[in-house]
Amino acid sequence: MSEANNYILTMEGIDMAFPGVQALENVDFTLKRGEIHCLMGENGAGKSTLIKVLTGVHKPDAGKMILDGKVIHTKSPLHAQSLGISTVYQEVNLCTNLTVAENIYIGREPRRLGSIDWVKMNINATNLLKRLLNVNIDVSKSLGTYTVAIQQMVAIARALDISDAKILILDEPTSSLDLQETKQLFMVMRKLKSDGVGIIFITHFISQVYEVSDRITVLRNGKLVGTFETKALSRFELISKMIGRTLADLDEMTNIKLKTSKRIQSEPVLEAKNFGRAGEIKPFDLELHAGEVVGLAGLLGSGRTETASILFGVDRPDTGSMIFNGKSVSDYSPLGSIKRGVALCPEDRKAEGIVDDLTVRENIILALQANNGWLQYLNLQDQYELADKYIKMLNIATPSADQPVKNLSGGNQQKVILARWLATNPQVLILDEPTRGIDVGTKAEIQKLVLELADEGKACLFISSELEEVLRTSHRIAVLREREKVAEFSGEIDEHKIMHTMAGSSE
Amino acid sequence: MKKFKLNLSRNALSESKLLFPIIVLMLILLFDFIFIPGFFKIENRDGNLYGSVIDIMRNGSIVSLLAIGMTLVIATGGVDLSVGAVMAISASVAGILMNPSALKNEVFFVTDPTYTFQPLWVVILVPLIVAIICGIWNGMLVAFMRIQPMVATLILMIAGRGIAQLITNGLRVQITYRPFSLIGQGWFILPVSLYIVFVMLLITWAITRRTAIGMFIESVGINDRSSFFSGISEKNIKLMAYTFCGFCAGIAGLVACSNIKTSDANNIGLYTELDAILAVVIGGTSMAGGRFSLVASVIGALVMQAVTQTMYAVGVPAFALTAIKAVVVIIVILLFSDQVRNVIRGLGTQKNEV
Repeated sequence: MSEANNYILTMEGIDMAFPGVQALENVDFTLKRGEIHCLMGENGAGKSTLIKVLTGVHKPDAGKMILDGKVIHTKSPLHAQSLGISTVYQEVNLCTNLTVAENIYIGREPRRLGSIDWVKMNINATNLLKRLLNVNIDVSKSLGTYTVAIQQMVAIARALDISDAKILILDEPTSSLDLQETKQLFMVMRKLKSDGVGIIFITHFISQVYEVSDRITVLRNGKLVGTFETKALSRFELISKMIGRTLADLDEMTNIKLKTSKRIQSEPVLEAKNFGRAGEIKPFDLELHAGEVVGLAGLLGSGRTETASILFGVDRPDTGSMIFNGKSVSDYSPLGSIKRGVALCPEDRKAEGIVDDLTVRENIILALQANNGWLQYLNLQDQYELADKYIKMLNIATPSADQPVKNLSGGNQQKVILARWLATNPQVLILDEPTRGIDVGTKAEIQKLVLELADEGKACLFISSELEEVLRTSHRIAVLREREKVAEFSGEIDEHKIMHTMAGSSE
Repeated sequence: MKKFKLNLSRNALSESKLLFPIIVLMLILLFDFIFIPGFFKIENRDGNLYGSVIDIMRNGSIVSLLAIGMTLVIATGGVDLSVGAVMAISASVAGILMNPSALKNEVFFVTDPTYTFQPLWVVILVPLIVAIICGIWNGMLVAFMRIQPMVATLILMIAGRGIAQLITNGLRVQITYRPFSLIGQGWFILPVSLYIVFVMLLITWAITRRTAIGMFIESVGINDRSSFFSGISEKNIKLMAYTFCGFCAGIAGLVACSNIKTSDANNIGLYTELDAILAVVIGGTSMAGGRFSLVASVIGALVMQAVTQTMYAVGVPAFALTAIKAVVVIIVILLFSDQVRNVIRGLGTQKNEV
């Protein structure tokens, strides 16, 4: 087989500019048949943009694409799909109010006598999910009743089932999957690979890159750094290519942690007693101290987010009480929490965090303004000062404070939400998956920031699905299992012990 | 031409909501200038100004008032279909307060221009309070009962006219009280109703843009869940928007019945809710909620009125008017849609390639 024939996709000299940003500059990309190719880079490196160019969401300013020996101009995702390019995007793009089966077959429902054959559709959907992903669920229930992980699986099943895909693009499919589900996905990927499908895989989990991929393409600031054989590239080299510098942050982090652990106050700022809500989280006790980072570890669905929600007052507790700074709390609502000095960075950035049409500045002042009330409107100059301060402090990559936040990359949006809460100067900061879908460099930045904030005397509750990250940042770790707080560890924390507690197995 | 298209496709249109409705209004006025002689003539009678352009603004004042309130409701992601009915209620209450004879089921023609049952401030205040209560009702249904806005406000849209009829005992109430009729018919260099629109616009602008309310409304309209997480009481914001919309409808009802000297529960404000919604849409506020501009909405209302007036002037029969209006509205809305703008953009780039 000749070299040219070997490539199913060649992209050459792709240029793409948005107002104020050169998102891609002369980027080349090749994909072989039967290959898992990782696309790596920090936030804003241009990974998503490249994918969107390929799938016809954006029209590139320059460059050409060759699929299977033919030059193509993808006009829309639908058109790309008909050419054999299927995509599963980073954030689940399905309709949560439709059933699972409807989501899989939307737009191409099986028909009988002109009307939709519901029975057949449900049977097909059930079989499809079972065959491809080994998932057994009731496909006639609405998608919204399932966890994000299941929704992701449905999205993948849908993408796989549409036409005979020559190329499958997985844009961070694993960011919300647990270990078991990730393994399942990898099995499916390997099967497709042996069928000759070219898979473009975007992930932030370095270990997953090395587990499945054959080659790696690294982008940085919209430019191509290079394409490498996975076997020939060490993890360290990969990371330094991605961020353009070496990571010495790890040691620094341990130092900060040791230093700050001495400043933890003995009196708790926030004390939850027998706090719980039926169906969400079983009653638990939790103390948060100033100067301390408490980690919350647990598997997907163990009640991490529910714990955060109830502590912040998104959901009202039906048992127990909370004591804040020695006073009993009666107002359980987000606004009540903000007024007390509690902040929550929610897990679902798109649905619960950003307000996408508002500018970066407005997004940053939103919570502070809600706290001040509508009458005390911050004057424009103060707003800009505040916004600029946090843009600088958190290194938010945006052309200006007046940029709508939807134009920012995921990691920068996350930083904007962090800025929103820091602007309220909270005493207690609850961070629910603040590093989800964020690149390595920013991840380290945020972890460091959390420790620095604790050092300044804030109490932090740090939630993450990555145990390593929880271990690295937390002074104390509470473990959840099946919507119940089962243990708490402090001092010298043993990773294996926690893993066993999370899994509910004995050592 | 190319430059114009570039402007159209990139920033100008999406950034400034004002530009587009102004262009449309200008085009209509340009048409009038060319085809209708004397359209821009303004007469000075006893110090008061009269003319077609002033008529557009005067006749557009009711829809302008409604559009101001409707803008806030639509910006929260809702819609208020009941404003026409609330106008009728407000007019009925005002009528009955000036001429309660209908309650005794007798048609009693008052001819004395100084006669009124209640003093002027009561005649104005009470209908507005009633309109505010109507707004609160809508707001409660939408914000607290979580009923979809279209369904929730449909209730009052249907029931409102019935309520208005009950108030006036099913009769039309003649209004002769002179000070009251000044609201809709008075002239002080310019028509009094213009001043009312202007003051309402100014007050509403100040409330929304000089305080944080405007940002909160937009935030709730774009993403109410995120807003809730940020400590914004989305329920209260929605309640406020509907209440204010009711208030605006109340004022519009007073202007309307004062203008025709009758409180006619069947016809006052009929179909004006649709005009108001269209005015807001022409003003560039998305029906999905979010960014809004009050001035653009008022210009949208003037666009609607200018079209009507122009059609009358060129001799389009009244029965065909709604069809013509619909065409104009469709064109304007199409030009706003992303789909069409993409096509325009595509045309521009293709030409460049050639």
